[in-house]
Amino acid sequence: MTSADFQTILPEFLLALYALAALLFGVYGGKDKLGPVLVWVTSAVLAVIGVWISLRGGEAQTGFHGMFLNDGFARFAKVMILFSAAAVLLMSEGYMARRNLLRFEYPILVALGVIGMMVMVSAGDLMTLYMGLELQSLSLYVVAALRRDSIKSTEAGLKYFVLGALSSGLLLYGCSLTYGFAGTTLFSGIITAVGEGQAPLGLLFGLVFIASGLAFKVSAAPFHMWTPDVYEGSPTPVTAFFSTAPKVAALGLFARVMHDAFGGVVGDWQQVVSAIAIASMFLGAVAAIGQNNIKRLMAYSSISHMGYALIGLAAGTALGVQSMLIYMAVYVTMNVGTFAFILSMEKDGQPVVEISSLNMYAKREPLRALALLVLMFSLAGVPPMLGFFAKLGVWQAGIDADLYWLVGLSAVASAIGAYYYLRIVFLMYFGKDDDALEAGGSPVLWGFLMVSAAAMVLGVVNLFGIEGAAAAAAATLVN
Amino acid sequence: METIILFAPLVGALICGFGWKFMGEKPAQYTATGLLFLSALLSWIVFFSFDGEMERIQILRWIESGSLSTDWAIRLDRLTAIMLIVVTTVSSLVHLYSFGYMAHDDNFREGESYRPRFFAYLSFFTFAMLMLVTADNLVQMFFGWEGVGVASYLLIGFYFRKPSANAAAIKAFVVNRVGDFGFALGIFAIFFLVDSINFSDVFAAAPQLADTQLRFLWTDLTAVEVICFLLFVGAMGKSAQLFLHTWLPDAMEGPTPVSALIHAATMVTAGVFLVCRMSPLMEFAPHATAFVTVLGATTAFFAATVGLVQNDIKRVIAYSTCSQLGYMFAAAGVGVYSAAMFHLFTHAFFKALLFLCAGSVIHGMHHEQDMRNYGGLRTKLPYTFWAMMIGTLAITGVGIPFTHIGFAGFLSKDAIIESTYGAASGAGIYAFWLLVVAAGFTSFYSWRLIFMTFFGEARGDRHTHEHAHESPMSMLVPLGVLSLGAVLSGMIWFGPFFGDHDKVGRFFGIPTEASAQHEGVGAAVEALEHGNAGEAAEAVTEPEAEAGEHEAAFGGAPGEGAIYMGPDNHVLDNAHHSPAWVAVSPTIAMLLGLALAWVFYIRRPEWPRNLAENQPALYRFLLNKWYFDEIYDAVFVRPAKALGRLLWRRGDGSVIDGTINGIAMGIIPFFTRLAGRAQSGYLFHYAFAMVLGIAILITWMTIGG
Repeated sequence: MTSADFQTILPEFLLALYALAALLFGVYGGKDKLGPVLVWVTSAVLAVIGVWISLRGGEAQTGFHGMFLNDGFARFAKVMILFSAAAVLLMSEGYMARRNLLRFEYPILVALGVIGMMVMVSAGDLMTLYMGLELQSLSLYVVAALRRDSIKSTEAGLKYFVLGALSSGLLLYGCSLTYGFAGTTLFSGIITAVGEGQAPLGLLFGLVFIASGLAFKVSAAPFHMWTPDVYEGSPTPVTAFFSTAPKVAALGLFARVMHDAFGGVVGDWQQVVSAIAIASMFLGAVAAIGQNNIKRLMAYSSISHMGYALIGLAAGTALGVQSMLIYMAVYVTMNVGTFAFILSMEKDGQPVVEISSLNMYAKREPLRALALLVLMFSLAGVPPMLGFFAKLGVWQAGIDADLYWLVGLSAVASAIGAYYYLRIVFLMYFGKDDDALEAGGSPVLWGFLMVSAAAMVLGVVNLFGIEGAAAAAAATLVN
Repeated sequence: METIILFAPLVGALICGFGWKFMGEKPAQYTATGLLFLSALLSWIVFFSFDGEMERIQILRWIESGSLSTDWAIRLDRLTAIMLIVVTTVSSLVHLYSFGYMAHDDNFREGESYRPRFFAYLSFFTFAMLMLVTADNLVQMFFGWEGVGVASYLLIGFYFRKPSANAAAIKAFVVNRVGDFGFALGIFAIFFLVDSINFSDVFAAAPQLADTQLRFLWTDLTAVEVICFLLFVGAMGKSAQLFLHTWLPDAMEGPTPVSALIHAATMVTAGVFLVCRMSPLMEFAPHATAFVTVLGATTAFFAATVGLVQNDIKRVIAYSTCSQLGYMFAAAGVGVYSAAMFHLFTHAFFKALLFLCAGSVIHGMHHEQDMRNYGGLRTKLPYTFWAMMIGTLAITGVGIPFTHIGFAGFLSKDAIIESTYGAASGAGIYAFWLLVVAAGFTSFYSWRLIFMTFFGEARGDRHTHEHAHESPMSMLVPLGVLSLGAVLSGMIWFGPFFGDHDKVGRFFGIPTEASAQHEGVGAAVEALEHGNAGEAAEAVTEPEAEAGEHEAAFGGAPGEGAIYMGPDNHVLDNAHHSPAWVAVSPTIAMLLGLALAWVFYIRRPEWPRNLAENQPALYRFLLNKWYFDEIYDAVFVRPAKALGRLLWRRGDGSVIDGTINGIAMGIIPFFTRLAGRAQSGYLFHYAFAMVLGIAILITWMTIGG
């Protein structure tokens, strides 16, 4: 390991170092009593590393003979991952502490998962890819089942694990097929082996299997089945975590593999990605209508949103990747705000997840209701909220890539999907006045809710500069 | 100052319409009326101080889009100045009049505030009308054009509880849409060909347009013919010319002050104004102007015949308006725009006067409008009677032939009739005869109105007659002022509008260096003019074949004066030298009409009934307004309604709503249930779905890829 290689992986290394130190400290220190402290410290560490990476900049570097890439795209995704993980950790603290869930392992597992994600988006080789993916997945399996004494939580963890194993199998099979045909696991090698135009059938099989494995991670249909159950069963802060950072990482990895390894056969994987995108958008929109549990609803919502983000990928252009990254940034912000609200939903001190409990919420909590209204409008893609412009971006990319039917269908899906977001707004403002939902939650949650809602409105003016960063990031990926 | 004239009514409308709740009804009405009087006063100052040179007062930059560059500006020339005084004077008097007329209204419930709304609409209308007449470009004009349309719609339907008023408002709006469509097409055509909609650019491009051939519908025409025809279609709608006239009589559903202001004096003359404004184009379009002449004359004749048998006092005057507008178009069509403007100007006074008198009668008779229920009101309403007499003398054209002494209508109407004769074209002669006959009819129905209303026995409800009363001062003062105008306006302004070339030219700011080329002017002078005055003068000095004693024409390029008369347009001059029988013919027709009316309604009151019974077909034909409404109903309204019902019931209701409802309430929930069932909670189902998914993808890639 030369120092140049080491330079490329320095943030991951430092974070790993911190995780191990925290683990030791936790085990030999005060165990769960240290939970709150560790959450705050971990969150701070994640945020600091995020800032550091965002300031680091510089040329694209490759380490470990091309197995690890540190380019603009990776940095952009990493910053998103780190910040969203830090935010979710902060939001978790109060909720978990009060319900006696705050094990000291939780922040450490999140930190390890984040390392996995960072490796994923930096992967330059099928090996690195798999290693990052598994590190992430294993951490997530555990946090899903964090609530050991709850049947639902353990069921969620187990389901996630079994299906995750299946998807890993698919992915590995795809990797081995690709290796078999390309003779190398390096992305840079695969892309030369694939060449331009028509890829050999075996390689295509590999491509489809890899895509399926990754689709599982982004919870895109038809590999989404775990999502509603796991979202519902996991403790709500964990659900919030699932719906943010891992999605960014998985989608980042998806884009990385498709462009870096299969960039020569865009036409081939474009179909696969488009098909997955359409299935996700429609399934997410249609299935969410029947949900009464807001966590399940958010699960379908995230399935649907992954579909929209995949349009950007399906475009197969730099503009597409840029719009995808912006879409993810907006999506993560919206989800942080929405989950901050969900975490604060409680009645008689108990968490509530029924949508019907939001009846006439606007009368008791006008400001919170307004913030949620903004977020719901944004999720539904109603102008002039930021969510609309994010959608517009991916549609623009789709149109530029002549994917008219894809864009057209996604517009239909978004019209269907608007129903359930608007239903929440409807209930809050025009529902029956019979259910008293309290305004629970800490000021931290309140803050996240308000900031995210404000961002949805103010972001319309300018996207806080992420537009340029996303463009630069996309440029390093697609060339 | 021009800006104040323009915006004072708008400010009045806003204050009155929105502010009355804060300041009370009366102060709001006073504000609107006061601002209009200010506007009227300033307009007269502008009119008298105006020197004939076109002025352009920019208010703001308006549209910058591609090659379209348009200001919001006032184009102040003689036409604008005339329209300014007409509009603001009549409007301010109508505002004043409305204090009395609108004081009580049975169409509104006790305690309802309708007066500020009425005044606000009136002021808004005035603003829109001023917008129209001061426009510097076609789109600005169109803005005003549509603005007056809206105001007219609101005011016709002012009695919103009356279904007939609502129907009339909608009819007016829809019929005007037809005309506006033509107008809009005309504007598009101009922008397409000239690449500008500013009047000065358009006028300057007139000669080129005359050389541009265009294929329109099935014939080849010059571009300028097409444009003028389309613009005239717009004018037809707004000015209620034949085929698009049906809305005007129905518009009488509005309160009478509205009829006086909008449907007599100002808005309906917008079409005439448009034709005169576009005179630089019209002069190059002989076919279009012939069409204008023929249609105007036909309208004058048609409306006069219908007016003969109407019994509603307001409808008689409405048809009379329609007919008089036809006169104006006939004059504009033969190229004597100044005569058209002259008649517009005098007509505004006497027609507004007639309407306001009718309103006074209606007011005094407790909203009875049927003339068969009037009679003998001379003593009950003395001031109204005298004012209406003056109005009738003016509209029938009473005056001393071969002099310039007479009521306003005498001078302006005779000017038009002489002009049509002077045109010496087929259309001109056709117009001449129809207009003379129409003048006779005009006299007949106007006197019929007077005789039926003010003379003879009291008919109808006794109670109403006993309580008939003279109107308050606020209504009589406007009658007095307008009477002055009806008597004097013709005599005072005959010279500028229809005098010799020098006067007309000076008045309208047309270059006059080439005017009045009398025989015997030295050849040297002609040569000099050849050298200096350019093409226009050259055309003038070409030896003319006709008469030889007067070779007069206006000079200048299109757009230089307020109106443009081409170098070979000698109609004005010919009109001045028409034979004596032509000059006297309208007076004879007028006297015949008067005599007949006297016989029918004073001497032998049973004759009209006998005649109607002897000639039932003719009578019904006229009473039913030549069956225009029935034909339109059968040809346009019913099929349109049927189509609309089909599209609504079948298209919108069954197909669109059905599809949406079917998808939203049937199909989507079905899939939702399906998705819910698939989400069984069993791991093997989930795993199966994944395997199925990948199998499908692989198959697809293998077969399709």
